[in-house]
Amino acid sequence: MDYSLKGRTIVGGTVKGLILFTTQPINFLSSVDNKTGKITDKNHELFGKTLKDSILIFPYSVGSSVGAYSIFALKTNNASPSGIACSLKTDITTASGCAIANIPLLELCKDQVIPEIEIPSEGVIDGSSGCLQIKRV
Amino acid sequence: MHLTRDEEDGLDGKNGSPISTAYKILLSIGKATNAERLIPVEWVHLSGVNYNTIGDAGAEFLTRYSQEARFVVPTTINPMGYDSNRQNDLSDNFQKQQGKIVRAYEKMGSIPSFSCIPYELFELPEKGHNVSFAESSAAVMVNSVFDLHTNKESSLSALASAITGKAPYSDLRIDSTRNPKISISIDKELKTELDYGLLGYFAGKSVKESCVSFGSTISNIDMYKTKSLAAALGTSGACGMFSNKDIHDETITFGKEEEKSTIDELNTTDSGDVIALGSPQLGMYELEQLCKLMVGKKFSKKCMIFCARPTYEKSCKSGMAEILEKAGANIICDACTCLSPLLTREEYDGVITNSVKAAHYLNKSNGVSVCLKDLKSIIRDYTK
Repeated sequence: MDYSLKGRTIVGGTVKGLILFTTQPINFLSSVDNKTGKITDKNHELFGKTLKDSILIFPYSVGSSVGAYSIFALKTNNASPSGIACSLKTDITTASGCAIANIPLLELCKDQVIPEIEIPSEGVIDGSSGCLQIKRV
Repeated sequence: MHLTRDEEDGLDGKNGSPISTAYKILLSIGKATNAERLIPVEWVHLSGVNYNTIGDAGAEFLTRYSQEARFVVPTTINPMGYDSNRQNDLSDNFQKQQGKIVRAYEKMGSIPSFSCIPYELFELPEKGHNVSFAESSAAVMVNSVFDLHTNKESSLSALASAITGKAPYSDLRIDSTRNPKISISIDKELKTELDYGLLGYFAGKSVKESCVSFGSTISNIDMYKTKSLAAALGTSGACGMFSNKDIHDETITFGKEEEKSTIDELNTTDSGDVIALGSPQLGMYELEQLCKLMVGKKFSKKCMIFCARPTYEKSCKSGMAEILEKAGANIICDACTCLSPLLTREEYDGVITNSVKAAHYLNKSNGVSVCLKDLKSIIRDYTK
C-alpha cells in the first residue's frame, strides 16, 4: 500500500531511495563505517545493512558529538543516506550533519502512527511539502 | 526561528562564506529544537580534533573552512590523537592529517587545550550563563555540576557558535527543560566509579528526554564517579544533563539485572595486555586517588594514563607524576583513551579500563576487546 507521512522540513530537498527503518537510535561515530555506510555495531538491529542511498527512518542519534562529522564523511565518501527522517526528535548532531552535507532531513509528526513498512519499499522525501511518501516496490 | 537583520545578512553571505555556513547550521539546529531566536554564548568547546574521529573528510573540511573563518568567542578544543611531546609509532599519514587539523583550529583562533575536561582547567563563567559545548561528557558535566547552560552540541553546531558567538535558545537552555520529568530509581548499592558509569550508560539508553534525575542518592559523589556517570550518559544517549532532584513522575528502575546486562554488553574479555585510564582525561582528584592506591606497588602490565597537559604539569610539581611513572605508567597528554590510535587491535588483544565510555568506543570503533573493572580491582589484579 502506498501512503504518505507528515513531517516538518529541517534540511530541504527532494530525494528518493529504499527505506531503511529502525526504532533504535544510532551513534554515527561508533556504529557506522563512514567509508561504506555499513552499520558495524553488532548490537544494532540494522547490523550489516548499509545506509548508502537509503531513506533512513530512525528515532534520533545518540552519543558522540562528532557524529555530525561522521554524517559529513558518509556524504563525502558517497556512502550516505539519500535522505533522513527522524521519527521521535531531531537531535542537534543529525541536524547539523545533514545541514553541512546537504542531506534532506525531515522530522516526522508524532500525531500519526507509522504503519509497518514492507521490505523493500521506496521512500520519497519531499522537502517542499514536508512529506515522506512510501510505496511498496 | 527569528533572525535579526544582521543574522539574516550573515546567512545571506554578506559577511563571507564561513559565516553563512555557520548560520545555515544554526538555522537547521534551531528548527530541529524549535528555537525562537539565537542568544549569545560566552565560551565554546569543540570536539572533532582527533584525526581518528573526523578522518580525511573532516580534515579537508577544516582546512578549507579555516582559510577565512575566525572564532569570535573563547574556544577550547578536545584531545587529539597523540602527545606531541612524546615519540610515537603512528603512521606518517596520521601525523600529517592530525597536523592539518590542529593547524586549522589554531588558524581559526582556538585555545590549544587538547582536553575533554575544560571545566577543570579554565575559569568558569557565572552560573546560569550560556556556553556551547560539544564533547558529550563535558556538556553533561557543565549542565549538571556547574550550572552552565548548553545543549548537547555537535562538533559542527559548536563550530557554528564559535564563528558567530551565538546558539539557538532551545532545549537545555530553557529552564523548564532543565527540570527533569523522568527519573532512574537506583535499586542497588553503587560503590565504585565503574558502578556509576554503568548507571549512566543504562540511563542514556533508557531515556529520550534531555534531562534525567537520579535522585538525591547521587548528591555527594566524588569527581571520579561524577565524571564517569556523565561520560557514560553522554555516550549511550541523547540526554545532556542529569539532576539530583527527587521527582515522582515517570521512573525507570536500575537494579542488579539492569547492571548485569549493561556490563555484559561492554565487558568483552576477561583480561588484557594494557591498562588505559582516562576517558574523560584524569584530573588532579583522580590522580591523587590513583597515587594513594599505588603506594609501594608497580604495574604488572603496560599502563597508559591520559590527562590534560596542565594537569600533568601540576602533577609533576606535586610529585604525583613521578610516583606514577616510577610505578611503570606512561602519562600521555593532549590525547584520550577514546578512539585513541595508540590502542589498536593490531597491537593489543584486550584493553583493561574502568571507563564505560572508553569501553564503548574501544569495542565498537577501535575493534579492541575490553576488560571492564573498577580502579581498585585493576590495581589489585595488575600490580606487584
